[in-house]
This record gives sequence, C-alpha cells and structure tokens, in this order.
Amino acid sequence: MAFAPSSTPGDTATATVDVHLPDTARDLVKILVAGPFGVGKTTLIGSVSEIRPLHTEEPISEASAPLDDLAGVRDKATTTVAVDFGRISLPGGVVLYLFGTPGQERFRALWDDIAYGALGALVLVDSRRIDASFDVLGLVEESGLPYAVAFNAFPDAPRHHTEAQLRAALDLEAGTPMVTCDARDADSSVDALLALVQHLIDRQTPENRGPVTG
Amino acid sequence: MTGRRGGRPLVPAYLSTGGVARPSRPQLERLSVLRSTGAPAPTGLPAAQLALLDALDDGSLTVVEAAALLRLPVSAVRVLAGELIDRDLAASRAPIPTADRFDPDLLKRVADGLRALKHPR
Repeated sequence: MAFAPSSTPGDTATATVDVHLPDTARDLVKILVAGPFGVGKTTLIGSVSEIRPLHTEEPISEASAPLDDLAGVRDKATTTVAVDFGRISLPGGVVLYLFGTPGQERFRALWDDIAYGALGALVLVDSRRIDASFDVLGLVEESGLPYAVAFNAFPDAPRHHTEAQLRAALDLEAGTPMVTCDARDADSSVDALLALVQHLIDRQTPENRGPVTG
Repeated sequence: MTGRRGGRPLVPAYLSTGGVARPSRPQLERLSVLRSTGAPAPTGLPAAQLALLDALDDGSLTVVEAAALLRLPVSAVRVLAGELIDRDLAASRAPIPTADRFDPDLLKRVADGLRALKHPR
C-alpha cells in the first residue's frame, strides 16, 4: 500500500496540466514549506502556486525501515511518501518553487535531498499541537537552513498563548521570525513567505555577517 | 500516462530505468532544467526514456516536474535524464546560471516579486 498522507491518492489529472517552464525562467529557487502531516503545507502551497500543486511519490530508504511505524507490517519492502510542490513565476526571471516537506526523522534522506540548494524553510506550526513540530524544527536546524516559523491559524486554535510563550515552547532563537498566517489565504501565505525572505536578506547584510576572512 | 486503478503507474519505478539505480549525471538536482536538443529519437529507445523525451517536446521542465508528470520518483527521472543527455537527446542546466549564483540581489528580487503578487498593478 502506498503511503501518501498529504495528497489525494488516485489523482490522475496532473498529466493534463501544462507545467512547462516559461521561456523567461532564469533563476530557479526553492523554499521548503515544512511541517507535520495535516498542518496545512499543501493548502499554503496551493494558495500561492500558479500551477495546481503537483506531487512526486518518493521511496523512503530502507535505512528508515526500523523506525517505520506501520504496525504489524513486517518485511515491508517499499514505502513511499508524497512530496507536494508548487511554483510561482516572479518578475525578473525568478521562479520560486515551494516544496512541502514532511518533518519526520525517518524522512531524513529525502529531506536532505529536497533541502539541497534551498534558500530557507518556512516551518508551519499548528498551535493546537505544537509538539508535532519538534521533529521538523530539529531537522531544519540540523540541516543549517535558515527558517521562519508560521502558525497556521486554525479557527479553533487557542489564542491565549503569548508570543513569548510560543517562542519558549518551540525553543526559538530571538532572531527567528515568528508570524501567524492563514494558509488558505494567498496574501496571508505570501506575507509568511516574505517574513522568511526578509529574514534571509537581513542575515545577508554586512553587520550581521561574521568577520570577513580571506 | 497509463495508470492502474488506485493511481499507481503501470510500470514500477525500478523497471522504468532498466534496473539502473544510479544516474550517469549525479549533479542533476530536483530543479535542474531539462530540455530536448531536438535530435531525432533513435528507434529502440527504451519506452521510459521516450516518455521523458516526449514530455520535453513542448518545452523545458525541471527534473521534479518531469517526475510528477511521468509519475516516477525523482531518482528514476535522474537516471532517465542522464541517459538522454548521454545520447545527446536532451540537455540540462543548473537551477541558477553560474553568473547569478552569488548574486546578492537574488533574495531581493524574490522579495520584490512576492510583494508584487500581493499588490498586482
């Protein structure tokens, strides 16, 4: 059985979508949209993507098998996970790809492959279950990717937490941006992405750099 | 693509590459851009390679987009693309041209572009 938790199984219409790159495409960059299952990664990607989000089925390496929690399924040869992605063509020949990246530790090999060359990660957190995001934050930090945290505003999410409490719960560094967004809303999702990109720009400015060597 | 009920492809991924697991071009990234060179496909080209070449007929695709269209894992498309490149049927380029790789304004262009999405003129 295929393990495709974050997309629609049996979706056969993707082949009819024209996903060929515009001729103006020059610089292809990517941002990871990371978070646990059900946090709204695909929703956010779908709100801002110019193509309907596509997905690839990725085999999970055998090294993860002992950690695989498909209870009772022993000697299972292959597991796959669906990785969703979307695309936004920006003026100036830049094409931004958003990759929905599952955050479990057992997806580490896949994670490393997707994270290669990424600008940074937007970590989506569900404030009703903050602890579900600990794994993904660990992976992001170990990979060295700069990131921002966005709380996806579910209607029944608790609102009594202060920003300081949330930061403490996630053990965030002071400089890590933390925003609230509605993944269903395009402008709100763009704002969350902008918070991340602005953070990346701020890191790049000379006063935030270490001493120049060489 | 011909699909089985349940959405699984007819040909399993490990058969699509003829059993080859490693691409001849390890530097192909998810966002490497593939295009057809326009050279005629030789007869007897394996079906999976032909399918990838067909997908490039209408324009360039990234490795990951080709994988989504062909419903193959990215790892399989890397192998297929490597073989097409070895046969001079396809060409690839890096996601960011070398000249732009250390462009400090790239992030600013991304930010400006995102802002423009929010306030279309």
